[in-house]
Amino acid sequence: MDWTPIWLSIKLSFITTCILLVIGLPIAYWLSLKSSWPKLVLEVLITMPLVLPPSVLGFYLLLAFSPQNALGRWLHDVFDVTLVFSFSGLLIASIIYSLPFMINPVKSAFAQLPRSMSEASYTMGKSRSQTLFHILVPNIRSSIITAAVLTFAHTLGEFGVVLMIGGNIPGVTRVASIAIYDSVESMDYAGANKYSLVLFSITFIIVMAVFILNRSLVKSPLE
Amino acid sequence: MIQVEIRKRINTYDGFHQLEINTTFAFHRVTQVLGDSGVGKTTLLKVIAGLASVDAGSINFGDETWLDSESHIFLAPQQRGVGFVFQDYALFPHLTVREHLLYGSNDNGYVQRLLSMGRMEEFAGHRPGQMSGGQQQRLAILRALATKPRLLLMDEPFSALDMNLKGLLIAELKQLIMEMKMTCLVVTHQPFDAGDFADESYKMKEWG
Repeated sequence: MDWTPIWLSIKLSFITTCILLVIGLPIAYWLSLKSSWPKLVLEVLITMPLVLPPSVLGFYLLLAFSPQNALGRWLHDVFDVTLVFSFSGLLIASIIYSLPFMINPVKSAFAQLPRSMSEASYTMGKSRSQTLFHILVPNIRSSIITAAVLTFAHTLGEFGVVLMIGGNIPGVTRVASIAIYDSVESMDYAGANKYSLVLFSITFIIVMAVFILNRSLVKSPLE
Repeated sequence: MIQVEIRKRINTYDGFHQLEINTTFAFHRVTQVLGDSGVGKTTLLKVIAGLASVDAGSINFGDETWLDSESHIFLAPQQRGVGFVFQDYALFPHLTVREHLLYGSNDNGYVQRLLSMGRMEEFAGHRPGQMSGGQQQRLAILRALATKPRLLLMDEPFSALDMNLKGLLIAELKQLIMEMKMTCLVVTHQPFDAGDFADESYKMKEWG
């Protein structure tokens, strides 16, 4: 069995989760503050990947990243970067696709914290960022872990967007879900079964670990 | 003295009301702010602390302008040097009692004094979830003092304390306030709650 697709899937999921942790926390915090029309529009855009068929998102990203179009051409001309059929393109698509899995649970957790908790910190002379990292984030730790696991597991199982943006290039964009599809296409059910079993096991272990870590704090990682 | 002249439309259980306050509070004194539930006592404290906005008005703390809606001056809560005891305590669940105080002060001696004043030494390593309501309320008071504020704003600070402990705490708190030349506003809906503590009283008007 070729382990490269599994390794590639784990690598993609890990990097996506790390990047979303860094950019997702401040965005979720900002969205949890007083609502406004621009925030509402942004929230809708962030939530779209939850309801949009992955192929639709993949198709538009493919168009956007294509060197034939403005953004893709600009990236190619200025940075010499081609996102279509590359791991970088796959990564950006995964980040966009998994945004709601990171941001929505974290935003809800921030919103549920009593406002007076932040206010108490402000009256103690602490800035917004000090309050965010020293007071708020530690108190939504379980939600952050849950969001990170959901993001990781969701990226691990990604198919439609990956296929549209990355195609099926061995060692570059051929992740586990594509390898399963490929094996089934070529009637290699034993191969598909091996990849599926590995993905199932990894996901099961991760979700189990979250249940154990958070058993006193949350009832289910999906809540 | 602290000059407060504010107007703010506030939403209460029976609709919108206009909160209008035009008063002064003496420096280095404890003023009891009285008024019925929903009259806007907590809102007044939050406006003074910079945690709530107003429709129009000004707040001057001596020569300092904290708020002036006409000149668009709004000093952030972090810059006002205010300590605030919240009605819901607003404690930090992940921090121990000592960590709460150290969050506002690096002065270990002062932190120790606060712990002693609040009879909290033996709970110094406890988190809020491990403490009774009365202990949590004491911690909320001590935390507000940790930054050595110029102005201490307290929202129903003694409601969960038993009479014996309240008497002891009030006496020592008053001594600390006088020693540190703090000004203190205490909101309460029961005049006897802060009776021994307050030097002055300010009664908030009912809605017109």
